[in-house]
Order: sequence, then structure tokens, then C-alpha cells
Amino acid sequence: MKRIALLLAVVLLCCTLVFGAQAGLLINGAGATFPYPIYSKWFDVYHQKNSSINFNYQSVGSGAGIKQVTEGTVDFGASDGPMNEEQMKAFQDKRGTQILHFPTVLGAAVPTYNVPGVTGSLNFTPEALAGIFLGKITKWNDPAIAGANNGVNLPANDIVVVHRSDGSGTTYMWTDYLSKVSDEWKSKVNKATSVNWPVGLGGKGNEGVTGLIKQTPNAIGYVELIYALQNNVPYGMVKNAAGNFVKADVSSVSAAAASAVKDMPADFRVSITNAPGKAAYPISSFTWLLIPAKIPDSAKRDAIKGFLKWMLTDGQSYCEQLSYAKLPKEVVEKEEKAINNIQ
Amino acid sequence: MPSAGPVTGSRSFLAKLRDGDEIARLVTFVFAATVVLITVLLVYELWINSTLPRHKFGLHFFVTQVWDPVMDEFGALPFVYGTLVTSAVALIIAVPLGIGASIFLAELAPPRISDTLQFFIDLLAAVPSVIYGLLGVFIVVPLIRTVIYPAINKPFGFLPMFKGPSYGVGFLTAGIVLAIMVIPYIISVSREVLLSVPRDQREAALALGSTRWESTWKVVVPFARTGIMGSIFLALARALGETMAVTMVIGNTPKIAASLFAPGYSIAAVIANEFTEATGELYTQSLIALGLVLFLLTFVLNGLARLLIVVTTQKGSGVSA
Repeated sequence: MKRIALLLAVVLLCCTLVFGAQAGLLINGAGATFPYPIYSKWFDVYHQKNSSINFNYQSVGSGAGIKQVTEGTVDFGASDGPMNEEQMKAFQDKRGTQILHFPTVLGAAVPTYNVPGVTGSLNFTPEALAGIFLGKITKWNDPAIAGANNGVNLPANDIVVVHRSDGSGTTYMWTDYLSKVSDEWKSKVNKATSVNWPVGLGGKGNEGVTGLIKQTPNAIGYVELIYALQNNVPYGMVKNAAGNFVKADVSSVSAAAASAVKDMPADFRVSITNAPGKAAYPISSFTWLLIPAKIPDSAKRDAIKGFLKWMLTDGQSYCEQLSYAKLPKEVVEKEEKAINNIQ
Repeated sequence: MPSAGPVTGSRSFLAKLRDGDEIARLVTFVFAATVVLITVLLVYELWINSTLPRHKFGLHFFVTQVWDPVMDEFGALPFVYGTLVTSAVALIIAVPLGIGASIFLAELAPPRISDTLQFFIDLLAAVPSVIYGLLGVFIVVPLIRTVIYPAINKPFGFLPMFKGPSYGVGFLTAGIVLAIMVIPYIISVSREVLLSVPRDQREAALALGSTRWESTWKVVVPFARTGIMGSIFLALARALGETMAVTMVIGNTPKIAASLFAPGYSIAAVIANEFTEATGELYTQSLIALGLVLFLLTFVLNGLARLLIVVTTQKGSGVSA
């Protein structure tokens, strides 16, 4: 008995020593899963530079992130879609202050497909994508698809649509884009992290969608760009608002943000799908950090502001190695000014 | 253990406590009470966190086929349907296979083979469900699309349950994967039950001139019926609540279709898929309400199962001993 008690005491002592040494400022955050790899990289590097500041980020999903920051259980939230008016008001009512949106990096959704006999990259017009996902274009050799793909021998097979079954920022991007290019989509389905799909099968996560498409001949679906790049998933080009077919990559996604910057509202709650730039990839989106405008704890406030400044400058250089698209410098400048709104 | 004094009829509570009996009684009572408490808490939590959809949709929640997070319209019917159909398919496949295998293992196989096989079956029961999901995606899905679908659709395609195209994923695929998952449970439990049938039951049957199979099928199996039923309900419970493997192969489409080849959705799968990104109170609460529905479904089916056991045992051939 005595020996066990002694052992326990030693273990307890060790625990206090280990965790005691880590003491310092702990800042909790929760939200989007899509930017989690870069966020954890940032928080880790920032902690190495400022050893007294610890970030703890839970990638629980955008919806849960918004909920938790509204409840005040975390210091900041993160979301792949901007908060809507109702959510902004709920935050204001509950916390007595505003919530600020800070774009961090960019993501994109790309169409991927499995058509027997087609090996090259396919071109998609907005009309074709909306028609396919509405269930109106049902054959691969439909003129709406074939017209943009001269010289490609498209089969007369039925199209199988695949979408995400889990709520996701990628779905938000995709449906936000379709709502902008198709009035019928906007009135019938609209945009959200999960919607009532007119047709198709659901796959869980990017890997579920990719798996289903690989398994099912004549399937088409969408995945997040980074997933497609890292896993060598082939994907097609999409015609942008300027009329060019653009392949999604980190530069064409950043170009979308840059071309949308002049219409950007002061609170950064903006959708950049179907952006006007010539080189812009049309199905792109920011992902945001959600930070209360008033942070009473001055140490936390300074730490968060310090991190935001670093994230916008040095932090952005970590984007490329993780395949995230960087913020264009116009957006960075705007955000640096907005940091002063945190009080 | 040495007792302090002579044992008298009315020992003091303290003395009983010292003997350990009372402590054991108290401790085990607390453990037992915890189970009840957890169940009650669970239902309470599900109930109070699903008030919004209850007020907005009422009983319509059970008959609505729409699931539209954008328009805030939610109905449980496609998910209830998917859960019931996949579980039914699973049991239709798993019950004969599982019971057949358990009869072989318990009655006919030499003990050495029986024990070896049992080892593998226990191993199967411990495989995480995501592994079964992968098995489904990489083996069952292509098999359904390229072999089973053409084989069934050609001769029986006129039947509504085999009509329409196949994408590989769907009710049937989910049912087959579930069947593979629950078979080990049925075999394991049924084998134990069959092995525990008293030896003289078999010997009596053999002495009356019945063959080995007759004694097994007409005496041993009926004797073990209650336990075998128990194994089936354990399997059913697992099939109803299975999440990961189902969501990987069911197609995740909230639609009601008569065809077993059509894609569908189950209650557990939709909760797992949509809960984290559910924005808006009504949406979240509707998912919680679905959890309550699943709980009720399990509860009702379990109740029916108990009833079935009681009824069949009473009119059984004096097996109730």
C-alpha cells in the first residue's frame, strides 16, 4: 500500500512539474478543419518564437467554431464560411461586442471525374456544372459539356453525381459558386455547408468523394484543391467570369482574391466565388479567423494581435509548402489596418 | 475471513459492513444504478435538446421526407427507412449463416477445429467498423456493381426491389457489410448457448433412436432457442446503430427507394456526417431529435424482441426449464 501511495505521489509531482513548466498564456480556439494543417503549423512556429504564448486549436468544424466563440468557451473561432447576419446578431446579444473576421488563407473546390476513355483534363462551363448538379444534364456527351471540350470523345453514358455527405466548407464554396452562376440553383438549392442535393451520391470527406468517383465509372464530384494536389487527383478546368478556362492552383486562387479586393467590405465577410479577374479561379474562398472586437484580458489581446500581424507577414510564407493559396498583398494591407479594431 | 465475534441472527450494520457483505452489496448496487442513471440521463438530454423541432414539426417529423438544412425543413422518414431496411437485409443474410455456423461449431465439428475457428470469429468481432467499411468500399461495392447487380437485375429486374440502376453503393451493399459485421456476434453467442445445453438432453434424444442431426435440430436447438434469439437481437442492435461502415457504403442520399440497389441514408450516418458543421439551432436540434428517434427505434425493437421470446417460450415444448 505504502509503495503505491509513494508511486502516486511521484507521478503527481512529475505531472505538476511538466505542466507547470508549460505555464504561460494559453489561448484557445476552435473551428474549421480545412485550414487545420496550416493553423497548427503557425501556432507551433509562433510558440517557438514566443515561448510564453500557447495556442490550442481544436478542429471541430466551422459550425461548432462559430457556436463556441459565441458561447465564449474559446478565445477565437475559425470558419470556412462567413457568419451570417443572424449569427452576428446572436454574438452581439450574447457578448455585447462585435465579432471580427480575419481572412487567413484561401481554398478552392475543383471538379474531379471518372469518365471511361477520357484521360486528359476536361473543361467545364458554369452552365454545365449547374446543369449536372441540378440533374438536368444527364449524359456525358451533352452539348453543354461537349461544346467546351472539342476533340474529346465523350461517351453517351449517364452521369453519376457525387457530393460531400458531411457538412463542409468545400460544399459551401461549391454551392455558393453554383448559386451565383445559376438562378435555378439559387432558388432550388441555395448555399450552405450541407444542402438538399437534387441528385447524386454522398461521400464522407474528400477521401470519401474521391473513393466513390474512382469506384464509379461516369462519376463527377468536387474536392478541396489541397486534397486533390496532395493525392494527385486529376481535376478539370472551370470557365471564370472573364470567360477563360482556368486550372485551379495556388496562384489562380490568390488571383481570385486579388481581383475581388476592390469590392471587399470592411469586415471581410465576402464571397470571392466567380471573381472577375482574368486569371482568377472561380470556385475559391477565404477561410476566416473569428475574433471578438473586445478582449478584456490585455495579455490575451496583445498575444492575439501579435499573432495576427505575424500570420499576415512571415506566417504567409508557410502557405506554399502546405499547398495553401496565400493572401494577396492588397488583402494583407487591409487586414493589418483592421487589427487595430481589436480592443 | 476471521470474524470478531460469534455470528448472531441480528448483527449490527457495522459488523455486516466489516464482513464485506454490505460493502459488496452497496458497491454493486451503485454500479447497477449507474446504468439506469446513464440511460435516463441520455433520454433526458436528447429530449430537452430537441424541443425546437418537436414544437415546429411535431409528429410530422416522422413522416416528412425532406431534409433541407438551407430551408430549415427536416424529416426523419428517409433515415428511419434506411436504418430499418439495411438492418433487415443484414439479419436476413446473417441469421441463417450465423446460426448454421454455430450449430456446426457447437455440435458437429471436432473440438479442435471448433476452438480454432472460434478464435478467428472472436477476432472478427473485435475488428473496428471502419475496417469493415473499407472492405465494403473496395470489395463489396465493385462486386455489387459488376457481378451481383447484373446477375439479379436481368432475371428479377421487374420486381420493384431490384429495379433501377446500381452505383455499387446502396441499401443492399450496406446490408451486406452489416451482415458481415454481425455474423461473428451471432456465431459467438449462439455457440456458447448451444454448448451449454445439458448433455442428457442430447443423450435422451439419441437413446430414443434419433439421428445426430435430429437430436441437434429437434432437441438441442429448440432448447437453446432463447439464447439464440438473444444473439440475434444483439446483432440487430449493432446493425441499427452502426455508423462508420454504413456511411461509407450506403450512398448518403436521404431518399426513399423501393430498390435495394438505390442509395439511401441511415440515422446514425446522418448524425455523424452533419453534426459538426450543423449551423443554426433548428438544424442541430433536428439531428439530436434523430438521435432520440434512433433510441426509440432500438427501444421498441428490443421490446418487441422480448415479447417474442416470452410468447414463443410459453407455447414451446416445455423448454422453459
